[in-house]
Amino acid sequence: MTTQTAPADVGPPPPTGRRNLGRRILDGYLYGNTAVVTALAFVCALVFGAVLIALADEATRKSLGYFFQHPTDTFTDAWNAISAGYSALFRGAVFNTDSLYSNGGIAVFGPISDTLVNAAPLILGGLSVAVAFRAGLFNIGVQGQLIMGAICAGYVGFTWHLPAGLHLIVALLAGIIGGAVWGGIVGYLKAKTGAHEVITTIMLNYVALYLLGYLLGLNGFQAPHQTEATSPRILSTAKLPHLFGSLHSGLIIALVAAVLCWWLLSRSTLGFRLRAVGANPFAARTAGMHIERGYIVVMIISGALAGLVGCSQALGTRQVVTQDVDAGFGFDAITVALLGRGSPGGTVLAGLLFGAFRAGGVVMASQTHTPADVVSVIEPVIVLFIAAPALIRGLFRLRAARSGSVGQLAKGWNG
Amino acid sequence: MSTPTVPVDEDEFVASHEVVTVPVSRRRRIGIGVAFLLAGLITFFAWGIGARNGDAAFQVSQFGDKYQVPTMRFPGGAVAMIFGVIIVAVGIGQLLRPYGRTAMRWAVSVTALLFVLAFLCWAGTGDPTNAISLTGLVANSVIASIPLILGALCGIIGERSGVINIAIEGQMLVGAFAGALFASAAHNLGIGLIASLAAGGLIAVLLAVFAIRYLVNQIVLGVVLNTFALGLTNLGYHSIMQSNPDHYNAVTTLPPIKIPLLADIPIIGSALFDVNIIVYITYGLIVAIDVALFRTRWGLRTRAVGEHPKAADTVGIKVNRTRYRNVIIAGLIAGLAGAFLTIGGSGQFNTNISSGKGFIALAAVIFGRWSPRGAIAAALLFGFTDQLQITLGIVGTPVAIPSAFLAMAPYLVTVFAVAGLVGRVQAPAADGQPYEKE
Repeated sequence: MTTQTAPADVGPPPPTGRRNLGRRILDGYLYGNTAVVTALAFVCALVFGAVLIALADEATRKSLGYFFQHPTDTFTDAWNAISAGYSALFRGAVFNTDSLYSNGGIAVFGPISDTLVNAAPLILGGLSVAVAFRAGLFNIGVQGQLIMGAICAGYVGFTWHLPAGLHLIVALLAGIIGGAVWGGIVGYLKAKTGAHEVITTIMLNYVALYLLGYLLGLNGFQAPHQTEATSPRILSTAKLPHLFGSLHSGLIIALVAAVLCWWLLSRSTLGFRLRAVGANPFAARTAGMHIERGYIVVMIISGALAGLVGCSQALGTRQVVTQDVDAGFGFDAITVALLGRGSPGGTVLAGLLFGAFRAGGVVMASQTHTPADVVSVIEPVIVLFIAAPALIRGLFRLRAARSGSVGQLAKGWNG
Repeated sequence: MSTPTVPVDEDEFVASHEVVTVPVSRRRRIGIGVAFLLAGLITFFAWGIGARNGDAAFQVSQFGDKYQVPTMRFPGGAVAMIFGVIIVAVGIGQLLRPYGRTAMRWAVSVTALLFVLAFLCWAGTGDPTNAISLTGLVANSVIASIPLILGALCGIIGERSGVINIAIEGQMLVGAFAGALFASAAHNLGIGLIASLAAGGLIAVLLAVFAIRYLVNQIVLGVVLNTFALGLTNLGYHSIMQSNPDHYNAVTTLPPIKIPLLADIPIIGSALFDVNIIVYITYGLIVAIDVALFRTRWGLRTRAVGEHPKAADTVGIKVNRTRYRNVIIAGLIAGLAGAFLTIGGSGQFNTNISSGKGFIALAAVIFGRWSPRGAIAAALLFGFTDQLQITLGIVGTPVAIPSAFLAMAPYLVTVFAVAGLVGRVQAPAADGQPYEKE
């Protein structure tokens, strides 16, 4: 029988016995533990990105035209483009050395706060995809669910008048419900009719997008006296509290959600049931679990998390609902979940990394000639390398490389 | 020694053949019947009674056609009511005595057709000078369906051999990008077309290598490749095309080729036979793949590999080689679909120009149950719903329907179709499972 568990990924076991530290580190490399494979995949993707930066650079392309006369020109131009691009990426995402000498003109923690602002929705979206993965469902519908969340949270945020604190909680609940309903529809259809979630989520994404476009042209949802398709601003009582720099408390929600997801998946009965349904639905059914109910529950949870992404956007980052409120977080959430290998902790780390990429990409595009799109190529390439440990093993002469990828959990059409 | 041959009763060895019809549950029978009745009542009351006074007008010929057929005019409301009565009758028939498999197929098709026609009658009533252009509607529907059909054929070839392909969207996108870039830079549409095919094929190579050799989960892989293709084409658009749009992204369009006589048939003539080369290639591919999949050695092997790779391997079919070949051929077809979006259509590339067409094509594959004919019918349906909103936007309906809701229609139709009509699908048995020799 052909099976999903690929025996090629399982190499010889690492030797046991007494070893010194150096030997253990070397073994950790040679026998490719998860961190090593992730780091190597990251390096490969950065190298690939560097090639793209060079190719996207006009000067490099020009000097490539006379490569055989002056090969050094090409390398110099390429190096200039690559180093400028990646250093701008670092400046935008982590730390700008200029801020130390600018006497307060440039915020020291500005880049970090930009990174964290982007990380919050990525973590929430990643958790949404990861939770569904654990129950064997592939939720590509984060985009639609977060849009519904943003619509509901935004509507409560700019039309209702409630005391501060209560207003925020009600708006958050509305966003959660909006996302949960949109996700729940998918789970219900899967449970009752067997409609595959990959198709229904993609279609509901479009439905949500058009619904948002319709609402933004309606009286009462569109800001009065505005020709642009934008909602009124969120009332100050419903805003997510501001922390520092550009950072709002969406990050705290994301971290709390990550802890809750960890508890749900690895410590609760419900999580155990969901994982059982994901690992082997037939065995789960034999053990007396309702796999249909599992599908509905997990999609409601997944949708609720995606709804929180919408809250973070509508109540925190944007404070207004527009047509592009999803900001591409819906699809980036999938790569985050894959990079995080479906575990809440990994998703938080992956969210931070991709948040840094996003924040740095903006600075890179504004300060160098390299478009921010390079980042959106590097991200899937990282995941591609991680998903194929055998490739990493071949490239770096490892004796074994473990994937532990959540990839195995997404079922085919018949699953 | 000779044994006397016993006279054998011939009938004893003739296997009797009996068609067993699975009895339909009472609940399902009534459910389907009520669904028909509802459709009929909606047709009668909403489209029939709800129609405005005045005739519905349908323009059949376009200005400049060889044979001019006068614009059809008839009372739209009355016709819609008649259609409603017919659909109700179909529903009563189902309630009294459930249809068999073939009859059900006919009943659904007729109902859907009458429902849509009645809807058009309703939409067209009111202002007889403002005629609905049937020619335009058909032509636009065909144009909108071509990339979906090609995408669906791509999906079928890959999935029938056991490789799930969610990356149709990405293959189309790079195909569209490469087509526009190379056609514009080389001032040669042929080179653009070949570049499209090659670009779609390259993504397919990635899909095949990672799915077959590195055993990556194929659904995940497809989604990642889509993201990759989107990022790559955005990068190319912003860094190459926008640096010199006149040189790298000039408007270059394949010219339509008119087939004499056939192109003069009213309504469908110019829509089907005055089109560019990609559409004719599509016709060829539709026939070729439909025949090849069920009538040739290649088709038999493809299906064997997709259903039971181990058995196929046992009889000497190279499982993974077949899969590589099919996935890459499929990639070429998806690249062609991409070419249709740029050099076969608008002539220019724009970011995310495929805008979900690959996913709709994927839905068409599933909706059509992995058969070319079913998938093409589904693709035509999606193409039609897509174009209907534009036609209705021009004509204006008696009750204004927000354009956003019309734009949603294809996606909602897909959800209903996949959930209601298809339900638990039966994909090729080994679809998505990598095969490794033991």
